[in-house]
Amino acid sequence: MDVEPTTIEAPEDEVDATPRVNGRSRHLRIDPRVTLLDALRDHFGLTGTKKGCDRGECGACTVHIDGRRALSCLTLAVMADGRDITTIEGLTEGDQLHPVQAAFIEHDAFQCGFCTPGQIMSAVACIREGHAGSDDEIREFMSGNLCRCAAYPQIVAAVRAAAAATGI
Amino acid sequence: MQSFAYERAATLAQAIGAAAEPDTMVIAGGTELLNWMKDGITAPRRLVDLNGLSGLDGVAVDDRGLKIGALARMSDLAEHPAIRRDWPAVSQALLQSASAQIRTMASIGGNLMQRTRCPYFRAEVDLPCNRRRPGSGCAALAGEDRSAAIFGWTEQCVATHPSDVAVALAALNAVVHVDGPGGPRAIPVTDLHPLPGHGAVRETVLEPGELITAITVPAAAAARRSHYLKLRERASYEFALVAAAVGLDLDGAVIREARIALGGVAAKPWRLRKTEEALRGLTLADGPALRRALDAGFAEARPLRRNGFKVELAKRAVIRALQIAGDVA
Repeated sequence: MDVEPTTIEAPEDEVDATPRVNGRSRHLRIDPRVTLLDALRDHFGLTGTKKGCDRGECGACTVHIDGRRALSCLTLAVMADGRDITTIEGLTEGDQLHPVQAAFIEHDAFQCGFCTPGQIMSAVACIREGHAGSDDEIREFMSGNLCRCAAYPQIVAAVRAAAAATGI
Repeated sequence: MQSFAYERAATLAQAIGAAAEPDTMVIAGGTELLNWMKDGITAPRRLVDLNGLSGLDGVAVDDRGLKIGALARMSDLAEHPAIRRDWPAVSQALLQSASAQIRTMASIGGNLMQRTRCPYFRAEVDLPCNRRRPGSGCAALAGEDRSAAIFGWTEQCVATHPSDVAVALAALNAVVHVDGPGGPRAIPVTDLHPLPGHGAVRETVLEPGELITAITVPAAAAARRSHYLKLRERASYEFALVAAAVGLDLDGAVIREARIALGGVAAKPWRLRKTEEALRGLTLADGPALRRALDAGFAEARPLRRNGFKVELAKRAVIRALQIAGDVA
């Protein structure tokens, strides 16, 4: 997959941004064209967030911005200045998996794993939003995350189990 | 993507001044604009970020109606208790739009500024499209027209407008408030997107530098009893083939007032005014009379080669939406 260049020749066009990534302030001086997705992967080395379609269609790049799920491929990195960004790397507490991560393993909710970080970030938000009340509701509010392996039944089961475990 | 300068607008006046300059575009949620820029549909030299503008993301409700700031996000509006109660079709249309991620990002003002999903407009290779490249022709006219318009098209363009919430807003007589170099003005949602004519195809009636600041929706019995029905080829995360937004004011079982707007059938939300007039005084139980009222509104429909199914589908969608709104489904 082609990765768009994240540096340019004309440094005078660069802009500053300081997002807080997984709780830590990180400074960027970048071309304004750089998406949050490319900044996370190429500038910060946080490659858990995946680049699928790069058009906002597949959900593989889902992160949380100020606690809400968002597509990092459709967010300019400069527009993340001052915002709280949480990626899949920021979900764990030390060695302790997040309950949604544990539920995905327990329910075998992936095959190739490429969509999984986005699925999990979306699922954490879905549960927090109170939209994991039934299988139909989970399917509707997780529809922005595609899985080419079609692990959908297991994903729904994992989200349902994680929602039940967290008492929502 | 062509390189651009990025700046943040501190005031609305500053944003208007910047937006009036050539090669400048404004960005809010970015869910449409970034894709246009990645695909080469548009290539601004300057982007002006509106997200720091204060006072443009609120929701206010009073006796006269609803006022939505242009920067309010789709997900917040969809879940707003007053909108769900008094303008349910607006909430329903929003919840059936895009995905949860896109809804938390996209602004309501930007939603109305969406451009068509016609495959020729969005094509990765250069194909004739008068919206994409003025004067290049319309490939859909002789090509894939299944998703195209059945009302109000010309040889210049047969595209449909993709917004769901615009259809609900059109049925509920919403007004778009803009501000610009010439001062503020108000535009009915149904007048925001011009139909194609025989010359250049325009996306909206906005002038350079004009920005949407708010949307107002009047309070009405027909708004409280409203419903949005979306028909699409997937259960979720798909644009409408046909959608119907309806509002009903009932006197017992008799229709005092009906409002109907269709999505997926024209370059703008399409009000079925003749049907609305014909429905006055009827009851929802009178199936044959409802059909006749629908036929009146579709007299001017002109389906293309492969989208004739939209005529019958849209008629049935309206009847079903009326029945749901009238609690007789």
